[in-house]
Parts: sequence; C-alpha cells; structure tokens
Amino acid sequence: MSSKHEKDIDDVTGTDTTGHSWDGIKELNNPLPRWWLWTFYITIIWGIAYTVAYPAWPLVSSATSGLLGYSTRAEVAEDIARFEEANGEILAQLASADLETLDQNPELMRFASSAGGAVFRNNCSQCHGSGAAGAVGYPNLLDDDWLWGGDFESIAYTVRHGIRNEEDWDARYSQMTAFDEILSNEEIDAVVNHVLAISGQEHDAMLAATGSELFLNNCAACHGDAGMGDRNLGAPNLTDAIWLYGGDAATLETTIRYARFGVMPPWGSRLSEAEINAVTAYVHQLGGGE
Amino acid sequence: MGNYFKLAALGVIALFAAMAANWGRDTAYIVHAIIILGVSGLMFIRVLRQMEQPAMAAPTGYMDDVVRAGVVATTFWGVVGFLVGVIIAFQLAFPQLNFEFLQPFGNFGRLRPLHTSAVIFAFGGNALIMSSFYIVQRTCGARLWGGNLAWFVFWGYNLFIVLAATGYLLGATQSKEYAEPEWYIDIWLTVVWVAFLAVFMGTLFKRQERHIYVANWFLLAFIVTVAMLHVVNNLSIPVSIWGSKSVQVFSGVQDAMVQWWYGHNAVGFFLTAGFLGMMYYFVPKQAGRPIFSYKLSIIHFWALIFLYIWAGPHHLHYTALPDWASTLGMVFSIILWMPSWGGMINGLMTLQGAWDKLRTDPIIRMMVISLAFYGMSTFEGPMMSIRAVNSLSHYTDWTIGHVHSGALGWNGMITFAALYFLTPKLWGRAQMYSMSAINWHFWLATIGIILYAASMWVTGIMEGLMWREVDANGFLVNSFADTVSAKFPMYVVRGLGGVLYLTGGIIMAWNIFMTIRGGVKVTAPVGVPAE
Repeated sequence: MSSKHEKDIDDVTGTDTTGHSWDGIKELNNPLPRWWLWTFYITIIWGIAYTVAYPAWPLVSSATSGLLGYSTRAEVAEDIARFEEANGEILAQLASADLETLDQNPELMRFASSAGGAVFRNNCSQCHGSGAAGAVGYPNLLDDDWLWGGDFESIAYTVRHGIRNEEDWDARYSQMTAFDEILSNEEIDAVVNHVLAISGQEHDAMLAATGSELFLNNCAACHGDAGMGDRNLGAPNLTDAIWLYGGDAATLETTIRYARFGVMPPWGSRLSEAEINAVTAYVHQLGGGE
Repeated sequence: MGNYFKLAALGVIALFAAMAANWGRDTAYIVHAIIILGVSGLMFIRVLRQMEQPAMAAPTGYMDDVVRAGVVATTFWGVVGFLVGVIIAFQLAFPQLNFEFLQPFGNFGRLRPLHTSAVIFAFGGNALIMSSFYIVQRTCGARLWGGNLAWFVFWGYNLFIVLAATGYLLGATQSKEYAEPEWYIDIWLTVVWVAFLAVFMGTLFKRQERHIYVANWFLLAFIVTVAMLHVVNNLSIPVSIWGSKSVQVFSGVQDAMVQWWYGHNAVGFFLTAGFLGMMYYFVPKQAGRPIFSYKLSIIHFWALIFLYIWAGPHHLHYTALPDWASTLGMVFSIILWMPSWGGMINGLMTLQGAWDKLRTDPIIRMMVISLAFYGMSTFEGPMMSIRAVNSLSHYTDWTIGHVHSGALGWNGMITFAALYFLTPKLWGRAQMYSMSAINWHFWLATIGIILYAASMWVTGIMEGLMWREVDANGFLVNSFADTVSAKFPMYVVRGLGGVLYLTGGIIMAWNIFMTIRGGVKVTAPVGVPAE
C-alpha cells in the first residue's frame, strides 16, 4: 500500500502509515508480529494433526475415526471395566454375603461400608441428607426408631422395593386415613391432645381424656392401643420424641386432618444386588441397626 | 402519505394487540399485549398530532440524539443488570433470599435470565447500537441513513428488552440459554435487527471516505452474524397465536448443537466482534495514536470471523454429541487463540507512544485493563475447550468465572471507557464532571472482577475435583450436597465482588448524570505526576 501514496511517517515510532485517516484515526503499516504469526501457524498445524489422530471430519453417513481410534464412550467404558474387574471378586462375594455375619469378614465389611457410603451419597442423600439425619417427611436413619424395621432383612427389603410407590408391586404399603370429614373439629382437637399426652408434652387433660376414647376407636388399629405403632404397617410410634412431620399441636392437627403419604422409590431396578447389600450394611451400621 | 401508512399500521397493531389481550392464554402474553397496545396507541396519537405540521427540512450534520439516548439507556440497563446479578449471587449463597412472598417472580430461576439478558442484551446491546451509530457516522463522514429509522432501532430494541424481561418474570421462556424470549418477541427483534442492519449499511454506502474503517468491519460482521444466529436458533412453532408458548423445530442433540452454535457465537460476534469494533474506534481516539498494524487488523478480522463460527461444539463435550463434532469444536477453538489475541495486540500496541497516559488518564487505564481481560479470557477459553480440561471444568463455576472475567473485564470496562469518552463530547462538556470518580470506578470494578473471577476459579476447580473424587475401590467420595456446602464461602466472596462492581456502576451513573446536567467542576489530573 505504501507505494501508492506519499510517505506519511508517524513521528513517535518512525513507522509509515497506510495513508488513510478516519475521523483522525490513522493506521501504522507495521508487519504482523512474528511470534503471533508463528504461534498461529503452529496451532493450525497442530489442529490438522489432531484431526488426523482423533475422530473429526464428517463424511456422508459417518465420520473419520482418527488414527488413534479414540472414543469418549470407549474411554468411559474402559474406566468402568477397570473398576469392575478390580472389584469383581469382592462384589460377587458381597452380592451373596449373609449380612448378619458380615462383621466376621473385616475386609468385606470395610468394602461394603465404603461402597454403601458411595451408593447412599449418590442415591439416598437427596432425601435422607448426606449425613442420613433425614428431614421433615424423610426419616432419620441414625436413630433406632424404625418405621418398617431396622434389621438387615427389613432394610434390604425397603431399599429394594421402596415405600408406597407405584412402580413396584411389592413396595411396602399402608395408608393413613384423612380424618378431616370423619371427625369433627372438637374431636380432632381432642385426639391431638391425647397424642400430646402420650408423647409426654403439655396438653389439656380434659380434651385428652375425650381423645383417648377417640384414639382407641379410630387410630389404635394401626398405631396400637398405647400408640406404640406397628412396624408391619409402617405406623409410627407416637409416644416418643421422634417425629417424621412434627409433634407440635398444629402439625399433629394437619397430619390427622389430611393424613400423610410419604413415598420412597424402589431401588431394586437401579442398584445391583451387591450395591443393595452394601447400602443396607452401611445404613445398618449408622447407629440404629438391629 | 407516509403518515397515513404509519397510522394504518399502528392502528392494525393496536387492534391486534387488543384482541391478543382479550384472548391471551397466559399472563405473560396478556401483559405483553397490553404493553404493545399502549405503545402502539401512544404512537398512533403522536403521528396523528404531527399530521397538521408542515414537513421540516431534512436535518443535516451527525445524528447524535439517538446516540445520546443510547448512552443513557446503556448506563441505566448496566446498573439494573449489575443489581440483579448481585441479588442472584446472594440468592445462591443464601437460598433464604428466594423469599416466599416473592414467589414465583423473585425466584433465582426467573431472575437469572433477567440478569444475563439485562447485562448482555440491554447493557451490551445498547452500548453496541449506540456506539456503532456514533462510530459509523464519524468514520464515514456521513449522517445516519434512513432518517428516523435509527430511532425505530433504539426504541424497538428497548421495547424488546422490556418484553423479554417482563416475560421472564412472568414465566414465559423457551428455556434456551441467552435465547429465552418467546416467539413473538423473537420476531419483533428480527424486525428491529433488520432495521439496524439497514441503517448501518445505508450509512456505509453513502460514506465520504474511500475506505471502510476496520471498526466498521467488525460492527457489520456482528450485525449480520447475530441476525443469522438469532433466526436459526429461534425457529419454533407457536402452540397458539394467542399464547406465549412455542415448540422448537429442532430437537435432541440437534437442538443442543444449534443452541450452542448460537450461544458460543453470541459470545463471538456480540461480545467479541461487536466490542472489538468499539475498541478499534475508542482506543485510538482516546490515546490519540494510530492503530498499530493495518495488516494485523485484516488478518485477525478474517481469521476471527471464519474460525469463531465453528467453535460451538466445545460446549457439548462428553454429551450425546458425536465425538467428531466435539473434536472439531475443540480444534477450531484452539486455532482461534491467536486471531483473538490479534485484537488485544492491536489495541495495546496502539498505546505505543502514549503509555504515559496510563498514569494520568483513568479512561485509558480502563481500556488497558479491558484489553488485558480480553486477552486473559480468550486464552482461558481455548484452554477450557480442550476435552481433558473440559472434563474437569464443565458444569462447574469455573465456566461462570471465565464468562465473567470476559464480561465484567472486557465488555464492561470497554463500555465504561466508551461512555466516559462519549458523554462529554455528546453534551458539549470539556470533560466528565469528576475525573476522580472515574478513578474510583476503575478501582472498584477492577477489585470486584478479581474477587469474582478468583472465587469462581477456586470454587469451580474445587467442585470439579470433588465430583470426580473416588476412593481406592472406585466409589465416589462426595455427595452433590457436599460440594454445594463446600462452595459457600466462595459464593459470599463472589457476591461481594459483585457489590463492588455495582458500586462502580452507580458512581458512573451519577458522574454521567452530573456531566449532562452541566455542573462545572474543576479537576486536577488524577494520578501521581512523574518525578
């Protein structure tokens, strides 16, 4: 360009300009910085080499697969296969292990609680919490108060089939009655006070006495005459300080009026036998296992 | 004659909007119909009142009123966008801030697109439209083509923003990142954008200069490519003409690929090419120096334009996207490194012979830090596109940190510099009302960006490592909630960085307001003089 116009030298740098000026802006006629150009060339050469080595160029109905035969899916499959091979034997052992006697095999026990912890954190912690302490509506698994039973067999059954779900016909099932239209407001109030009484909380003794009668007629079938609950029906013990939804008068009233229907999905279709055993062993040793 | 046509068009629009308000199937649609009814009704009355007046002689000289309006709009939307950003940053740190009484409107899920659209499209878009109107006139030596069409672009674009923003809050979204607005808003933006292209091209055609200045190449590439991206990514079929919901034409991995072809080039052409256009004008003007290399500007322009458009698949590594597409996305991203840096070199080297101004001129300082962040994020981007790096960084806050070092550092700072350059010139003042306020803005924004980017790097890499951590037997060590709680302190730091950046923005708004009002304030040059 410089040949077509009179030289217009920039004073500061002594460089020729292109001779144009837009709103006072000129352009110096500097060459491309060498390092810039060479780095650009190198990335292009690298790019060509990379697309030869790896799957890259689309063809009519497929694409070049690259000289290295690399595939992201194969890479993941390899990773999984490596762990499965390394753990294959112990996983088979775990799948057929008798959980009652697991603690006699320290190596298998260690593996089961490590595997069970991972299964728990990835599948169960969303509801039961990372530390298994539960949340409102989701049982705490650290204590010894169990809705459906806390021995190995019961825990494994709950994990495998879940609770009140529609996917698994063998899911644990029971349903509390909603008493909203069965009992009057006064009667509900009375039952609330009875439950407050048997759980050792402050209550109105007069109402509780009325409630006691109502409890026997309406609630005892599942919760037991004394309100101690029934594990066959997943009916909670109402006499202790452990509550799934809350034990204050207002929450109790809501529960009695509208009932509760907590659901747990069945994991039998997603977890392997070894994983179910592992997570059962893990939950069992958290503190409340029977 | 033209006025009769306008009246008829506005009448039809108002009538249709009234019908839409009546038959609308969802709140967002009805609210939008009422807004459009109001706007078209007012426009109808305005045109009607002008019917009697004799036609005025065509104005001459540069058309700067629309640029002035753009400066005000850019400043306003900037502060709004930063504010919403700070709110959602704290919502992530303290989920209780998703107040029950604000549901569902004040939920993070609805405020997040409000933030991204407010900063990218409202703040960034107004900055681009306003500065391209200014630059194309100055570097072509010609008044904007099309008369009031430029005003149509300005108001039409801002109407698009209002419709998009209210739509998000009311729950109308097509759930495509950075392309959330629903079908009728997309159609409106297309109309506005074509008008924008017409104004820009028309002005280029009637230029007095023989050559087209480099800034205009970038701006034209930005306008043309964004039009193409916008139309293709928003191809959808409305469920009903009386409702906001629409169904995408593409589905599955094709939809994902189109979305990220769009998404990445929104970064490439909106936030890079467009803002490089601004840089190529404002940096040499403010420094009073020629552009460093004409050759570099040609080569890096064409390389950038050609390469960027292929880089989108790197957003979809390790997904249903076939490996070959993901490889190509990665390779093009890495080759893009030098063409991106060409802009930084040309910008920084333009300061050759004017480096001393760094000490005295806070606007130059903003430009330099902006180019530095541009260089950093255009190095980080190619690096993150490498599959092995991406397997760690993908889905983590590292991505958020990367985006913000580019957006806050490069786009934000160059826009602030442009606003400080333009305001005194457009309102005929000697300089900004307070130079020390610019200095305050510079430091608040810089520290804010550093807090933001550093905390997101730390938390991003930490969560990436926690997600993949396995024990000796190959079992995952952490639950997802563990990684969330581990990030808490960094989320607070990020929020504080945002507060600093927002504070800087408010100071700028005040400074611009005072400059426009014309208060005279004598200011000594800022900085320490040379010994």
